[in-house]
Amino acid sequence: MSELLQFLFSGVTIGAVYALVALGFTIIYNASDVVNFAQGEFVMLGGMITWFAHAAGLPLPLAALIAIAATACLGVAMNKLMIEPARGAPVVSLIIITIGASIFIEGAAQLVFDKQIHSFPAFSGDAPIRVGGATILPQSLWVTGGAIAVFVGLWLFFTRTLLGRAVLATSNNRLAAQLVGINTTFVMTLSFALSAAIGALAGVLATPITLTSYGVGIGFALKGFAGAMLGGMGNPKGALVGGFAIGMIEALTAGYLSSQYKDAAAFVVILAVLFFLPQGLFGRTSTDRV
Amino acid sequence: MKMTPKTATLLVLAALIALTPFFFPSGYYYRVGALLFVNGIAVTGMVILTGYAGQISLGHAGFAGIGAYACALAPVHWGLHPALAVILGAAISAILAFLVGRPILRLKGYYLGVATLGLGILVAMVLNNERQLTGGPDGMAVPELGLRALLKGWGLTLSNGEFWYFFCGLVLLVGAWLALNLYASPTGRALRALHGSEVAARTVGIDVARLKLQAFVISAVYASVSGSLLALQNKFVTPDVAGFMHSIEMVTMAVLGGVGSVLGAIFGAGILTLLPQVLTVFAEYEQMVLGLVMVLVMIFLREGLLPSVLRKFRGKDE
Amino acid sequence: MKTILATTALLTMGLSSAALAEIRLGASISATGPAAFLGDPEAKTLEMLVEALNAAGGINGEDVKLVMYDDGGDPNKARTFATRLVEDDEVVAIIGGTSTGTSMSILAIAEDAEIPFISLAGAIDIIDPVKPYTFKTPHTDRMACQKIFEDMKAQGYTKIGMISGTDGFGASMQAQCKSVVADYGIEIVADETYDPKDADMTAQLTKIRNAPGVQAVLNPGFGQGPSIVTRNYKQLDIGLPFYQSHGVASDGFIQLAGAEAAEGVRLPGTALLVADLLAEDDVQKPVVTAYKAAFEAKTGTPVGTFGGYAHDAFLILTDAIARAGSSEPAAIRDAIEATSGLAGTTGVYTFSSTDHLGLDLSAFRMLEIRGGKWTLVE
Repeated sequence: MSELLQFLFSGVTIGAVYALVALGFTIIYNASDVVNFAQGEFVMLGGMITWFAHAAGLPLPLAALIAIAATACLGVAMNKLMIEPARGAPVVSLIIITIGASIFIEGAAQLVFDKQIHSFPAFSGDAPIRVGGATILPQSLWVTGGAIAVFVGLWLFFTRTLLGRAVLATSNNRLAAQLVGINTTFVMTLSFALSAAIGALAGVLATPITLTSYGVGIGFALKGFAGAMLGGMGNPKGALVGGFAIGMIEALTAGYLSSQYKDAAAFVVILAVLFFLPQGLFGRTSTDRV
Repeated sequence: MKMTPKTATLLVLAALIALTPFFFPSGYYYRVGALLFVNGIAVTGMVILTGYAGQISLGHAGFAGIGAYACALAPVHWGLHPALAVILGAAISAILAFLVGRPILRLKGYYLGVATLGLGILVAMVLNNERQLTGGPDGMAVPELGLRALLKGWGLTLSNGEFWYFFCGLVLLVGAWLALNLYASPTGRALRALHGSEVAARTVGIDVARLKLQAFVISAVYASVSGSLLALQNKFVTPDVAGFMHSIEMVTMAVLGGVGSVLGAIFGAGILTLLPQVLTVFAEYEQMVLGLVMVLVMIFLREGLLPSVLRKFRGKDE
Repeated sequence: MKTILATTALLTMGLSSAALAEIRLGASISATGPAAFLGDPEAKTLEMLVEALNAAGGINGEDVKLVMYDDGGDPNKARTFATRLVEDDEVVAIIGGTSTGTSMSILAIAEDAEIPFISLAGAIDIIDPVKPYTFKTPHTDRMACQKIFEDMKAQGYTKIGMISGTDGFGASMQAQCKSVVADYGIEIVADETYDPKDADMTAQLTKIRNAPGVQAVLNPGFGQGPSIVTRNYKQLDIGLPFYQSHGVASDGFIQLAGAEAAEGVRLPGTALLVADLLAEDDVQKPVVTAYKAAFEAKTGTPVGTFGGYAHDAFLILTDAIARAGSSEPAAIRDAIEATSGLAGTTGVYTFSSTDHLGLDLSAFRMLEIRGGKWTLVE
């Protein structure tokens, strides 16, 4: 029993990281139908900038704030310089643009920072919390709490605020949104700032567990992308459930079947789900425009 | 003089393959040329899948991996001649593409992206984990193709670099010729109709699912053959050949050059093969420049490098 | 396309025309990519050493020029760069191959061209069977396994668990350990793996802990994986003796895992990590102290075993060129093979026509982390 509990804790720890990354994808996707493959780089920057500022002597909370703010600015810049000029480009081109951006940021990070692995102290110490013979680190609870808080925030944003609905309207029909007086340029800027900030937050929260280096972005992006697609792209609920589901599948497969093929299990589940639900678990159905 | 685009493409390609060696200052350029052609073959497959049929794949390196490891495994385990192993790899890739293609190709856009991504990752994972069979991440040796020795027997002596340059060039020519024939065929016309609008294509009675599957299977064979040639040329293979980054590389090459045409895509393969070699001069900035090139081309030259450049010269659409 | 070809040609011709009265050495290192953690200190070490050597007058009065490429850990790229080094840059020897895959690629080119090649990777396949022009500086991963199992046997452990990374380093060492473990009367009762990018390994460690009779745990791997495993090991309070591999032999590991979690971890390391603990008459003491001081002053990062491999490769090569009194590849090869009693950071090298590694198990020192510091296990 304690064994199962430990596997579940492991799944929660991994899943919370994936969920937090997956949530970062949703806002940009909702505003522009772009899946931003550079999302993982935001996570990397969150961790690396915090480490850098902390190592330079700033207190951890301030370092984290700076990291989140700086990454948000970078997100805005990315939108202005790369995404807006490419509006209307086909999906393949957008994939390449965002992967190009990801490669660029990674290349810049290894020059600005270094190629070593870094970390900073966990927020509430390293003493594990014991529950029924299994243990979990306090930092895992921080990540889980962060994922749930971001989810609730996004859900309220999209359903309760005018601005959030404006984002959804922009995604649905840009022209119509403009016609009813929505400033779509502002909506796009905001979405990139928010997505980048959520990504950086994920990096800040996860780094004491996962450690960070200039190259961790693409791995986060892939797992977060997979989680978001499993849940249904664009739906915060889907991102949360998808991220945690992948974490759980990995931990349980590693525990009960084979640790070698735990990543395979996650992708087999994704393929199976998409076979029956082509829009993911909670995705919106799309209609073809003829 | 009036030439069809097909003949023109093939002539340009053949001339480039045959004539550039006259400008090679050293044997190393044959190696780069051969790599360019191997990438060109994979990318021609992407033209059929993405350019003609309008479908995305982020996992085609998986098929390259199958082609590569077929050449490494079949000769050792079943005593199959490496040349036949290329065909075996292509057949396995085609069968796998056929089996998974139908359910996967119902998906659209990013969902198709994640499904193909998963497929590619699964193949790479098997190659990485089945150490007893594949040597794991350290890779395994691939036997000699033996064609160079055969040519030598016929009095044609080529260095290793020269042989692979011309051999891969020849295979690329054949691959391009087949792709161009497909483009002009009724299937090709139907594929383009599908690319324009799936709904419209269905209404005029095109079997959309079957067509997409055909394009997927054919492009998988191209990727597989390119993987085989890479393995045979390197006489060594590691699971990197099936990795995610290789899949992305294939798509990027094709789209960067111009996924709508065979020549454009091969041009893209050329750029991305040569770029890292040129960029060694500023090694530290290599990644940044590469990323920047991808972004800038996609923003400013939407149809890809070659078509945009050609249009500049002609002043209007062809 | 042609203009780019021409530019490349011009650039490379421009570089090679400067090649008068200098010794041209080549290197292909994984300074970026998944093995950047290893390759980066290797590249920095080589750059630093070339600079210092030329400032001191070069070899026999000739300057050394190092042509270094970053293969990103991709064996295909490594092969292309090796071809370029041989055919275009016309180097007389090659250092490189951060990983086994890239080393195997470079090896084929170097052997064909009859150019000496010194690999920085672990796998025994690189030098077994012996190939005329290929040498390597690191211990094989099989030797690391043997050193660890020797220690386990001495402690009386007969049942152990293993948790290995699925990267090249971890997977290769896992396989080697499994092939020699029986010689020490030890049985592997749990054999788990993790992906180098994983965030949590408690599931695998729980399985190992619950394996019947397990007495000690071994973790072959490099990069952030072993740090996370070590933290999880502490988190689960497993309490069994814990062995790491030489893949984490650097102060960086203690920092990342945390001194508390790393307490009591044992691993086979090199003299480099315990420079100040070495006896005054230890033949490695001067070279180890000098390299540590120079590298840490230059980069501001702690030295690690991997930068040491590059240091030793460069040392062996320049020593051989000096002794050969010639920069002909064949003469250099013969001189490398005649190297005897050369103290490097990894061990004391003595090559022969049947041994292109030149180290034995005595080069490894069993280290234990105590109070956040490396200590020698007697």
